[in-house]
Amino acid sequence: MHRTGELSGQFQTLEQQKESATLGMWLFLSTEILFFGGLFLTYTINRHTYADVFSYSSRTIKLSWGAINTVVLIGSSLTMAMSVWSAEVGKKKLVTFFLIATLVLGGVFLGIKGIEYHDKFVEHHVPGLGFDMYYCTKNPGACNLRPEDLQKERVELDELTKKMGGETAVNANSQLFFSLYFGMTGLHALHMIIGAGLLLWLIKQSMAGRFTTQYNTPVENVGLYWHFVDIVWIYLFPLLYLIDRH
Amino acid sequence: MQSQLPFYPDQASNFAPSVDSLMTFLILVSVFFSLAITAAIVIFFFKFHRKSKNEIGVPIHGDMRLEVLWIVVPAILSLAMFGWGAAVYVDFRHAPLDTLDIYVVGKQWMWKVQQPNGRREINELHVPVGRDVKLVLASEDVIHDFFVPAFRVKMDVVPGHYNTMWFRPTKAGHYEFFCSQYCGTNHAVMGGWVTVMEPSEYAAWLSGSTGGDANPVTTGEKLFAEKACSTCHLSNGTGRAPSLNGVYGGTVRLADGSTVTADEAYIRESILLSNAKIVAGYQPLMPSFQGQLTEEDIMSLTAYIKSLQSQPVPATGAGVIAPGKK
Amino acid sequence: MSTTPPKPPGYQLPEEHYLNATYGIRSWLLTTDHKRIALLYLASVTFFFFIGGIFATMIRIHLLTPAGYLVTPETYNKLFTMHGVAMIFFFLIPSIPAVLGNFLIPLMIGAKDVAFPKLNLLSWYIYITGGCFVLYSFATGGLDTGWTFYTPLSSVYSNSAVTPAVIGIFINGFSSILTGLNFVVTIHTMRAPGMTWFRLPLFVWAQYSTSIIFILGTPVIAITLLLAGLERMFHLGFFNPALGGDPILFQHLFWFYSHPAVYIMILPAMGVISEIIPTFARKPIFGYTFIAASSIAIAVIGFFVWAHHMFLTGESTYAALAFSLLSYLVAIPSAVKVFNWTSTLYKGSISYDTPMLYALGFIGLFLIGGLTGLFLACLGLDIHIHDTYFVVAHFHYIMVGGAVMGYVGGLHFWWPKITGKLYPEFLARLAAVILFVGFNLTFFPQFILGYLGMPRRYHNYPPEFQVLNVMSTAGASILALGYLLPMIYLTWSMRYGKVAGRNPWPATGLEWTTASPPLTENFDVTPVVDWEPYDYKNRPDLGLQTPTAPTLAPAHGDD
Repeated sequence: MHRTGELSGQFQTLEQQKESATLGMWLFLSTEILFFGGLFLTYTINRHTYADVFSYSSRTIKLSWGAINTVVLIGSSLTMAMSVWSAEVGKKKLVTFFLIATLVLGGVFLGIKGIEYHDKFVEHHVPGLGFDMYYCTKNPGACNLRPEDLQKERVELDELTKKMGGETAVNANSQLFFSLYFGMTGLHALHMIIGAGLLLWLIKQSMAGRFTTQYNTPVENVGLYWHFVDIVWIYLFPLLYLIDRH
Repeated sequence: MQSQLPFYPDQASNFAPSVDSLMTFLILVSVFFSLAITAAIVIFFFKFHRKSKNEIGVPIHGDMRLEVLWIVVPAILSLAMFGWGAAVYVDFRHAPLDTLDIYVVGKQWMWKVQQPNGRREINELHVPVGRDVKLVLASEDVIHDFFVPAFRVKMDVVPGHYNTMWFRPTKAGHYEFFCSQYCGTNHAVMGGWVTVMEPSEYAAWLSGSTGGDANPVTTGEKLFAEKACSTCHLSNGTGRAPSLNGVYGGTVRLADGSTVTADEAYIRESILLSNAKIVAGYQPLMPSFQGQLTEEDIMSLTAYIKSLQSQPVPATGAGVIAPGKK
Repeated sequence: MSTTPPKPPGYQLPEEHYLNATYGIRSWLLTTDHKRIALLYLASVTFFFFIGGIFATMIRIHLLTPAGYLVTPETYNKLFTMHGVAMIFFFLIPSIPAVLGNFLIPLMIGAKDVAFPKLNLLSWYIYITGGCFVLYSFATGGLDTGWTFYTPLSSVYSNSAVTPAVIGIFINGFSSILTGLNFVVTIHTMRAPGMTWFRLPLFVWAQYSTSIIFILGTPVIAITLLLAGLERMFHLGFFNPALGGDPILFQHLFWFYSHPAVYIMILPAMGVISEIIPTFARKPIFGYTFIAASSIAIAVIGFFVWAHHMFLTGESTYAALAFSLLSYLVAIPSAVKVFNWTSTLYKGSISYDTPMLYALGFIGLFLIGGLTGLFLACLGLDIHIHDTYFVVAHFHYIMVGGAVMGYVGGLHFWWPKITGKLYPEFLARLAAVILFVGFNLTFFPQFILGYLGMPRRYHNYPPEFQVLNVMSTAGASILALGYLLPMIYLTWSMRYGKVAGRNPWPATGLEWTTASPPLTENFDVTPVVDWEPYDYKNRPDLGLQTPTAPTLAPAHGDD
């Protein structure tokens, strides 16, 4: 029996419905923490064991794209927070505006991630697809690297190879790093894509004027989800890009 | 010695009586509680059986004294079980210093054994009675487990790790051993026999044939030269790397100030992940030998490094702060 | 049926209830009614139980002779692996939560449905999708890694269809997570007026604890199996030492979930037992708060014992000591439950109805299963009995003797509510006794086999172990009969059973105050709870006599 359009049949009151939805979202996020937790643990242990190779491998990722993406994502969290606020105070037009802004920023993030993945693909740094850390140094010109960067890479790589006792060991351990890199950022990107889908759905609802000061739980919960995905990135960025940069 | 129950296997090692006593203790405790609770259930079941259709029970909600009682009593018994079990386990995990070291490599689906003098066996293990024996276990593929029921010991054999286990055989005879960690198709036939012999017989058996097998120490020495380890690890301590004399079993001070005991696992790690633990006063120069040595190569090298235990430790450039005691 | 109260003549099924509210396959496949979803789960977990049961039967027949009787080593390895995967991930874990929990939680707390009915249906579809992947793996090459999927065997060396199986279990994990999430929210926000936390039936407490494990444990195994699957597909090296990975890390991650998963199986069964015993003793449960708190304690401590599966992997001695001690800690809340159940019988009005037989059988079997857990937690003993048949016997006592007995007992207890019909009482008691005898005959000899040194997962064995193996196989055939009987008569009773009425036992829970089978909306009007749980004395509506001389509840129950 629906009392208003927004109240589902199993609930008695809107407050009860809102409380359920919010609690549900928090529980879902706690699941997500454990989900990413397994990956973070695997990464931390291996980073400790293969410190040299991991630190070298992480330096082959371009810092600039990662830094830009961090800013983009923090920006999107801001717009998301603004849309939640707009919904709470009942500014219907602003809700839509900020949701679209969040979606655009999310799109930018994914686009940049795509560029980064493409670079890694060109450099043969994708595990399982002809993985070879020496591809760029052995085929100068094949990768989009400045000569001085390539030279630096060659020096570092030579030293690393000597330390590790051969290319096989470097490739094996470095593949481990990139498996984790793609695993973690890929899982994060998947969450972004799902988030984008949720945003599209919210925008449609919002344009129909569904969100009011009484009923805005979906905006709030997608907001929680979006912030969570943002926070995951805030951990991923230093772990994968920043440690051991000089 | 306690009398054996029919479902206890042969007792043929120093651990068998202690594990069996522990088992007996736990069985006694379990039987006591099982009987007490079963008796209570059976008695209540018949005594308080419903007398008339509409009868209800006496509303008793609980009793704090009883709750405390049955929290405290199991807690104390648990602690006793834990403590006793821990004592046996700690003993098992810490081998005595002077042991007969035998190398065991597991691979799908066989056990390769190498005696201290180099004699090799497959799916067989000969050991002397009354001597502390330490098995150094390595795997070439998946996880296996070396299990001798009559000795009451087992240990996983993990690829990429060294595990050790020790025991002292107490009774001559033949005892079956098994692979006890599921390892693929022929897991169930990956076993063999341990032959426990009188020391004199064992010595005779050992010298009877080395079958042309090289002694692991000499193989290790050869490898040590081939892989150019000897160019840095000079025995007189003047090399770019510490002398390995007296290192095995000794205490090593690391660059970060901590100390480790130089056991098989430490030696293995230092060969494969050479920069994980740097000896204090030295640079991380050593290359890693990951992927370049087989498990058996590493075992030979380890055997060679062990043989240096009795060599004089140089005053400077030593790898140890306290040499291993033989 | 002498123990059930007389029914008013002409007792009939309600005209409209959840089973006949709508018709057609669509009305089932698109239902959001928690009761119908429970029945969807009932059908699907029964299917997987059947599959797992067939594998088990073949295993036991094969082990009749030392050389192996029936199949090749490869096939044998597939049989025990697929038995484990089907039974654990697709039968035991969803059985009580998804079937009984789904059906009962809203009814027990006085709600119209769970908090997220659509999500509930989605969970079932996710379960089915995961199940299809696993069945695909079984059908195309099978699976021979052991249900534990230890690397690098599973991720590198196995030649069987590991990838689809791993994907299937990964997907299935989300079904558990969403179910757990749904239950926690439902229990928090959907309780009827007056249904305070300490008036909740203990079954609800048990489900709440289980759901916590679902939410916090399942994602870890999901990601772990995903990594193992990726390692296999793309030759990565997370857990493969040849590529720098660590196989022990896999075990840590695997058991971080899979040990608590044991509590996912046993906690709900304990919840069922805590409902049955006071009902058939007609008195309040002894130590309500202690039983409720022990469920939570088991769920929480259960997260800190995982490495007791790894005492012999070479983990540090200190870790082993800590995990052994913590494992003993988890024994205490389990013991508390057993003592409280037993004390509940004291001065009760005890009947021999089938659910009570299951409950008492459960206590006996769980007692043996739990006590032998102490043997395995004992570091010194574990050196000898780890990975032997002792372990096999121990966890079957917990999972089959405990969880399945609880599940089947619970099905009998709530069958009148689910279907509105009574099952044939004599057959049901007979089946309960057959199950109890068959179970003990199957698994008790395995304790002895284990201590004698027979390792688990062996397709052949030394001849001296044959007598015990034959006993075990004989027991298994009795056990199989014990399972077939309820399948037959319960199905039969749906059509031909006597009409049960609202509250045939009678029991005190809220679910028994509505029609059998209940309406789609569960209750005509939202119920208001003004009684304490399992209180027979102040419930004139149950039609039972109050004690002749009004017994004041003594401060200490025992005098």
